[in-house]
Amino acid sequence: MTTAPHSHSSDGPRTASDFDTEPSPARETTEGTVYNVSGGDWDEIAAAAVKSDDERIIVNMGPQHPSTHGVLRLILEIDGETVTEARCGIGYLHTGIEKNLEFRTWTQGTTFVTRMDYLTPFFNETAYCLAVEKLLGITADIPDRASVIRVMLMELNRMSSHLVAIATGGMELGATTIMIYGFRDRELILDIYELITGLRMNHAYIRPGGLAQDLPPGAVDQVREFVKKMRKNIGEYDKLATGNPVFKGRMEGIGYLDLAGCMATGATGPIVRSAGLPHDLRKTQPYCGYEDYDFEVPTADTCDSYGRFLIRLEEMRQSLRIVEQCLDRLAPGPVMVADKKIAWPAQLALGPDGLGNSLDHIKKIMGTSMEALIHHFKLVTEGFRVPPGQTYAAVESPKGELGVHAVSDGGTRPYRVHFRDPSFTNLQAMAAMCEGGQVADVIVAVASIDPVMGGVDR
Amino acid sequence: MSEQKNPGGSGENGRDGQEEAVPAQREDTGEVIGTRRGMFGADNGGDTSGYGGLVRTVRLPGESSRPYGGPAGTEGHGEFDEIADELEGALDEQGLVPGNVIEKTVVDRAELTFHIERGALPAVARILRDDPALRFELCTGVSGVHFPGDKGRELHAVYHLRSITHNRLIRLEVGVPDADPHVPSLVDVYPTNDWHERETYDFFGIVFDGHPALTRIMMPDDWQGFPQRKDYPLGGIPVEYKGARIPAPDQRRSYS
Amino acid sequence: MGLEEKLPSGFLLTTVEQAAGWVRKSSVFPATFGLACCAIEMMTTGAGRYDLARFGMEVFRGSPRQADLMIVAGRVSQKMAPVLRQVYDQMPDPKWVISMGVCASSGGMFNNYAIVQGVDHIVPVDIYLPGCPPRPEMLMDAILKLHQKIQNTKLGVNQEQAAREAEEAALKALPLIEMKGLLR
Repeated sequence: MTTAPHSHSSDGPRTASDFDTEPSPARETTEGTVYNVSGGDWDEIAAAAVKSDDERIIVNMGPQHPSTHGVLRLILEIDGETVTEARCGIGYLHTGIEKNLEFRTWTQGTTFVTRMDYLTPFFNETAYCLAVEKLLGITADIPDRASVIRVMLMELNRMSSHLVAIATGGMELGATTIMIYGFRDRELILDIYELITGLRMNHAYIRPGGLAQDLPPGAVDQVREFVKKMRKNIGEYDKLATGNPVFKGRMEGIGYLDLAGCMATGATGPIVRSAGLPHDLRKTQPYCGYEDYDFEVPTADTCDSYGRFLIRLEEMRQSLRIVEQCLDRLAPGPVMVADKKIAWPAQLALGPDGLGNSLDHIKKIMGTSMEALIHHFKLVTEGFRVPPGQTYAAVESPKGELGVHAVSDGGTRPYRVHFRDPSFTNLQAMAAMCEGGQVADVIVAVASIDPVMGGVDR
Repeated sequence: MSEQKNPGGSGENGRDGQEEAVPAQREDTGEVIGTRRGMFGADNGGDTSGYGGLVRTVRLPGESSRPYGGPAGTEGHGEFDEIADELEGALDEQGLVPGNVIEKTVVDRAELTFHIERGALPAVARILRDDPALRFELCTGVSGVHFPGDKGRELHAVYHLRSITHNRLIRLEVGVPDADPHVPSLVDVYPTNDWHERETYDFFGIVFDGHPALTRIMMPDDWQGFPQRKDYPLGGIPVEYKGARIPAPDQRRSYS
Repeated sequence: MGLEEKLPSGFLLTTVEQAAGWVRKSSVFPATFGLACCAIEMMTTGAGRYDLARFGMEVFRGSPRQADLMIVAGRVSQKMAPVLRQVYDQMPDPKWVISMGVCASSGGMFNNYAIVQGVDHIVPVDIYLPGCPPRPEMLMDAILKLHQKIQNTKLGVNQEQAAREAEEAALKALPLIEMKGLLR
């Protein structure tokens, strides 16, 4: 207490002039010498912070924020209203699905993959099943009817996913009307899913080798009805949003990413198409018989959020065209491969308890054929074996290229399945889109990427 | 018990007899990545299942010889040969010996895979991206695979490259030992691999040298271990339900 | 909580309980805690067809400080768990939690290293709602059941007694592993 505040230690080899600030003052107490240490660096930083007039703030948006899609965490460094650096924090929804798959049979895998990107369940299932079929070498044996129904469901799914993208994107801009419209039309599609698969989401309807079951009676009529209704409803989005000066003002020129940027960051789907490249796997690497359908790949040359919005709207129109062609193309026939070592024996009619097999089927296999019962049991519990090797199957999901890298070691369970989810890759472009823009535009840019965290984190 | 019943090389003989029963075994050629014994995962102590003598060698498709054919199952000289020729020519121009860089070439299920020596990976990727005849502009990321039985190259990093110009797809594969899990990063060539490499590091512990910020991306920062390796447990807990206890999926009996 | 805790038991308190419960249940503000698939169904519940506005609940609050109901909609990962607890701690009392979907309730099909096996490891849960994901009708049913629960919440000494009774019942209850037959 009695020591002078600036008493210098006398015998140090370095003098005070070596430092920008004063060296540590020392004082003698009954406990010994006590030094007051203050690092020069901190004083400099404090002085610089006082002098500088900029407001460099780091803002954490999320992981629980209403306008980030799901549990996305955005770390923004802002200067006033300008974003100088933007980074993503992900992994808040990591579910370990890829690991879980390794402990179930190949068929049970569809139950898991459908929950990855929960807005595009049919795309996940189809991509996975295409990979498994490729490993099995039965790609050419898939019945036509199964492929047509797959395409129809995928295109319906493309619409429902784009509707959510437009709806939540609108909600994040404050345009709640679009949100109500989007969810209204999505409900119509979910009704079709429910009729066909029994579930509104997370279907596990598409199985390796075909489908879980055939279309129920009345499904075709309901889809036709829907197509008619949806043609009318799509016009409402045009009236409400396209050309709306407020909407355009928020979205034009925001989230800019040109073709070189898309290729570097690996962005696919509406993002690369908004940069003018008509890259669509349905055209370039057709699967499920897409080469036989008549549709166009819409593009824009604006590279911005507004272009992506217009592309999504136009893709929904094209999807309606494809769905109509599917309905015309539906011919009676099997929906599962003929190979009884892969196809589940039952047609999975609904039992009286709402689950499982029909009583007739159970009576037949229990009463008439012991071998059929054994075969059924082995196939359901053990599953089929897949020859060793690896493959990559990709489909064009509403968000871009959804790739599946599946490895088999010859067992009844996947050795490794890796999903290259478009949301995950596209989200990397967030930094390139947002840096240098305004904070409010970050939301628009992220909404135009349309990431779904279930797909990003898996 | 299974060891006594089945000493030494009788596994090979036993395998021949099972050719019909095990459809997974297509041919005897290929890369051996492990051996499986018994069934139901009973490998600790006596196997009472009666399957104790079952021994199966797990083989992945092995090296292919020219001509490689093409993606649509083309016989003879096809697209894959063009890609291989171009790549080898370009490697020669750069003063690299193709035989050293490309460890082997596998054509399986109409897909082309180059197994690359890890040191040469960035050079190969750069050639594949920039050579006008190759032009693989889009990398769809890296996927890790863990083969504990593949001694000396337990960890595989698998890259898929897509050429939009030529509408082609190829696969690059790099195998590294568990003790030295280093692979050169491809972020310089394909910036899209930034997050993909972080993810593979997070799950498999493959260290991508030269990556700008190789940190965990999915798991919490302080997580121990690499969860998607084969030796990492699934981490499930037993489920108790109506007077029964059902073990976690990785603890149950399973068909191997 | 507040003044109502100090009130004497008897006729007056039961009436106040009823009044407070009625007021509370009629304006529950849910916090958005959308995590995964269930969040989409939660949004659907708020949208046109199912119209949660009928129960005075369509306004999802972005800030937990303005909310008194947390609908945990989806799988909770180990990385998300601390965030979830923090959001819960930021909510003012009285607060309620609905665990929506099997993943939030018990881990569901994701019995693995990444997912918390039931959100009740982190926060107290009032309503468990099964389904993968539950339909919007099921969510509304859960919300109505929660309204009933809020309506009948005890205050003051009555609350203490109710808590004591609940604890005694829980101590006497069989562990799940010993329960047989239909669990009802």
